[in-house]
Amino acid sequence: MKIADALEIFSQTDAGLVRAHNEDSVACEPICGLVVLADGMGGYNAGEVASGIAVSVVATEIKHHLQNASPIGRDEATGEELGVSLLRNFIQKANVSIFHASQSQPQYAGMGTTIVSGLFYDNRVAVGHVGDSRMYRLRGEMMEAITRDHSLLQEQIDGGIISAADARFSKNKNLVTRAVGIAAEVEPEVHVHDVMTGDIYLLCSDGLNDMVEDEDIQSVLYAMQGNLPLAAEQLVQMAKDNGGRDNVSVILVKVKGQFAVPRSWREKLFGWLTLRNI
Amino acid sequence: MAAKLILSMDGAVIKEYPLNKDRMTIGRHAHNDIVIDNLAVSGEHAAVVTILHDSFLEDLDSTNGLAVNGTPTKKHFLQNNDLIEIGKYKLKYLNDQVSQTSPADFEKTMVLRPPPKPAAPKMEKPIEPVSPAPVASDQTSRFVQPPPVASAQVAAVATPPQPAKPAPQEPAHRAAAVQVLTGPNAGKELDLVKNLTTLGKPGLQVAVLTRRPNGYFITYVEGEHYPLVNGTALGNQPHQLNDHDVIELAGVKMEFYFKG
Repeated sequence: MKIADALEIFSQTDAGLVRAHNEDSVACEPICGLVVLADGMGGYNAGEVASGIAVSVVATEIKHHLQNASPIGRDEATGEELGVSLLRNFIQKANVSIFHASQSQPQYAGMGTTIVSGLFYDNRVAVGHVGDSRMYRLRGEMMEAITRDHSLLQEQIDGGIISAADARFSKNKNLVTRAVGIAAEVEPEVHVHDVMTGDIYLLCSDGLNDMVEDEDIQSVLYAMQGNLPLAAEQLVQMAKDNGGRDNVSVILVKVKGQFAVPRSWREKLFGWLTLRNI
Repeated sequence: MAAKLILSMDGAVIKEYPLNKDRMTIGRHAHNDIVIDNLAVSGEHAAVVTILHDSFLEDLDSTNGLAVNGTPTKKHFLQNNDLIEIGKYKLKYLNDQVSQTSPADFEKTMVLRPPPKPAAPKMEKPIEPVSPAPVASDQTSRFVQPPPVASAQVAAVATPPQPAKPAPQEPAHRAAAVQVLTGPNAGKELDLVKNLTTLGKPGLQVAVLTRRPNGYFITYVEGEHYPLVNGTALGNQPHQLNDHDVIELAGVKMEFYFKG
């Protein structure tokens, strides 16, 4: 199945009830199986600028590169799979663009953004993220976060200073330890996960998961998996019902079928020969 | 304003201690930050570690131990109004940080500098000393100074002042339930205790009942037929339920009603 047919994608973004601006940005490129979400920070409209640059650099550049290349190819410079290196390289490129803008324009000084992006190809998803925007996966009835926040709180949980259950009472939320655009370099975290038909992936800004318990997010995804626009609307609505203190953005991706990259007869033969030799 | 501990015995306040250091010790010996000169208290009895706005209490293997809100504990994540008991002495923990600042400032995502070290911070030394931040502060960006208790530097950019809004309370929901009227499950009652209750089976025919601050709503999700409320088919919009509304889904009738 072609990637555009195998995935159903829906996104929604909302300023929430308190903020005057929406500093979140989202982009979906169904034709190449790419989704990107960023939550910007910075005064006046700098947050929007930062998240806007990040999303457009990553979405446009990766789409452009995949016109003439396959994500399962190899990156000659690093030996990595192209899907993985594209995500990493273009998050880094977005970092440089934002950092330069903030250095050269005083009104943008100090702006930055979190980012989470997923590139679906060959029955897998490469997930790249920086900061505390998350990706969750619903498989069957079970939902789990497949990114781990780059935040002070997560480091405290990892260090055993505070338990995951206590973390929701912490007053140190919203302190990220990594962000795109605040320094000359950034190290995105990139992992590849296998994808199964029926999976639902949720990308969200912290305006959702700070306001809505994971358990409620799970029940929405599970109950409304047959109607993604309604699920997205319901998630945003719940964040607002609980106070809506931040911008809230969601991207939902439903896997409707297999999307293995077709191999040429030569590759199949080599694959078969390799298997025989084992 | 920093969080503080108020030392008292038999209801009489002895002294207030602002938590203005990363780590404050409590004990009988004079070198402690909070000295309690009583033989039931160990030389170094306990420590309070503060990381930005959060404080953690730790028993330093004291002889007689300590309790928080009546429960003996070794380590505890302090919450506003917690009462620490050491022998006959009581220490009340007060941290009204959030209520004193506009929540807008608090919700704002901020970047901690410098970029993280791979190792998680240790209890004794919560955050690595800060190396010079690569970006200098200037007129247009306001760097929020962390409270004096923390060694971390927090950088954030000014937001236009926003009206302070009280933190949302857990909304007081009026209890409600649905009772099945027809079919094999007739008579069964389902309390609506969750924010979202599913009727039907995902993939086939689904409607959800959602609990919101302003009441209960039914929403059509998927399936061949739209559910009926009092005989009228629902559209695609959520529909607010009134007491004793009759819902019909896939041929099964059920009644919605408020309890109590």
